[in-house]
Amino acid sequence: MTNVKKDYQKILGSVQKPVKGEAGKTGSWSSKKPVIDLDKCIPVKSGKFSCFNCWLYCPDAVITRTIPPTIDLEYCKGCGICTEECPVKAISMEEVKIDE
Amino acid sequence: MNNAMEDATILTGNNAAAHALRQVKVGVVAAYPITPQSPVVEKIAEFINEGKLNARFVKVESEHSALAVCVAASATGSRVGTATSAHGLELMYEMLPWTSGNRLPIIINLATRSLGAPWSVWTDHSDFITIRDVGWIQFMCEDNQEIYDTNLQAFKIAEDHRVNLPVIVGYDGYILSHTMMPVVLEDQKDVDDFLPPLKHHINLSDISQVKGIDPVTTPHTRDRGSEGRVPGYFEYRYALQKALENSIEIIQEVHDDFANKFGRSYGNGLFKTAEFDDADIIIFAMGSVASQARVVLNKLRDKGLKVGLVSLKLFRPYPAKQLRELLKDKKTIVVFDRDIGYGYEGVLCYELKSALYGLKESPFIKGFIVGLGGRDVTNEQLIEGVNRALNQQKTEEISQNTEFLGLKLEELNDYDEATFFKEVK
Repeated sequence: MTNVKKDYQKILGSVQKPVKGEAGKTGSWSSKKPVIDLDKCIPVKSGKFSCFNCWLYCPDAVITRTIPPTIDLEYCKGCGICTEECPVKAISMEEVKIDE
Repeated sequence: MNNAMEDATILTGNNAAAHALRQVKVGVVAAYPITPQSPVVEKIAEFINEGKLNARFVKVESEHSALAVCVAASATGSRVGTATSAHGLELMYEMLPWTSGNRLPIIINLATRSLGAPWSVWTDHSDFITIRDVGWIQFMCEDNQEIYDTNLQAFKIAEDHRVNLPVIVGYDGYILSHTMMPVVLEDQKDVDDFLPPLKHHINLSDISQVKGIDPVTTPHTRDRGSEGRVPGYFEYRYALQKALENSIEIIQEVHDDFANKFGRSYGNGLFKTAEFDDADIIIFAMGSVASQARVVLNKLRDKGLKVGLVSLKLFRPYPAKQLRELLKDKKTIVVFDRDIGYGYEGVLCYELKSALYGLKESPFIKGFIVGLGGRDVTNEQLIEGVNRALNQQKTEEISQNTEFLGLKLEELNDYDEATFFKEVK
């Protein structure tokens, strides 16, 4: 048995540290973008770290667990899951206007 | 071969597989019941309940989830095994290339079964052959001892640092899965000696490092900061192919180690032969069909035909180079497929043709389809196949039609589907 690895034996499964923007700026994929109505948002109204369903359920981890929550639109694909999960309907999807 | 039959236990093929998984000490099993595999995981559940196996049994709602759980468990550094059949394997299909692509040493036991429609629970190799292009190592077994032994070897092969690949161990549903035979179960200490603890290349349970598997992988190589330049998809898949090609050597090495330690061997670990050396005519088959062919060799030799057998054990990676060397001087090869690549011909047949392509005096190769959906494979069919092949070779009239042996269309002379249902009222 040899301990010298051949080139291809150095390549196994793709185990890597997560990096922001792995597949480029995926925000450009969206046709709609989420907008938070801060008057309804639970952590904003209560001033406490609470709810954060949007942060928890976002599949792209672009929503921050902060007061107020913020959304990184450069990477938000516009799936709309946050609008479904928000218990007080504070998030709505708006058309993305494309500059001609 | 076997010098300790008095120490044998009488086991079904399914239970032989379950005992192997117990003795390699799998840490996680996730499975979903499907005939004829179910007794494998039922037995494992019993072992866990009785305290004979310290493993987590994860109950899931489908085979897709079963393999997804296995993938996740394996990626956290655990030794993982499971079992399935037919449509269970087809439902796992989506997860199969993720398993091999991540180079996870998971073992699936496959009690082979035909694919619907129409609904059938009986054996053929249709399920086994459908996954040949996803990067798994694939073995086919001929008896229950071989199921047990191949499982022990499979983990050692899969976990070898030169291999890192998942393995599927196939055996015929019912014919082996539910038939009892003597099986020698080795001492736990010897199994532990043979199979050292898993040293996995991935261990996501180490949370001191934040890491993940499978970020989006681009067509090109690229820089990832502190990780340096990382491969693109093309390099990962090249490495997978090379690992498969290279694994043939390790499969033989592990087989020989096993034979030295336990005194049981299976040909060269890639294929088994019988009555081979002086034979002009070779029957080429796999699993239950090869077992049946062993019975007809003497009958054909009594008639003056020098017939031998090659029983394929390693289906992927395909041992093309070794088969080419083995078969280059033979005159006639008759391939019996208990499967069919629909729209073409039997898969064993066309793969063997491809392996022997370009030989100067290439053997005449003729394939037949037998035993789909559990139809008995009989001596008469195999003898008929050999005779038909020899006739076609003599007349140089190679039939391009896919020929089935054992069809009983003549029993159906009154059957007409168009009127059948109208008359039943």
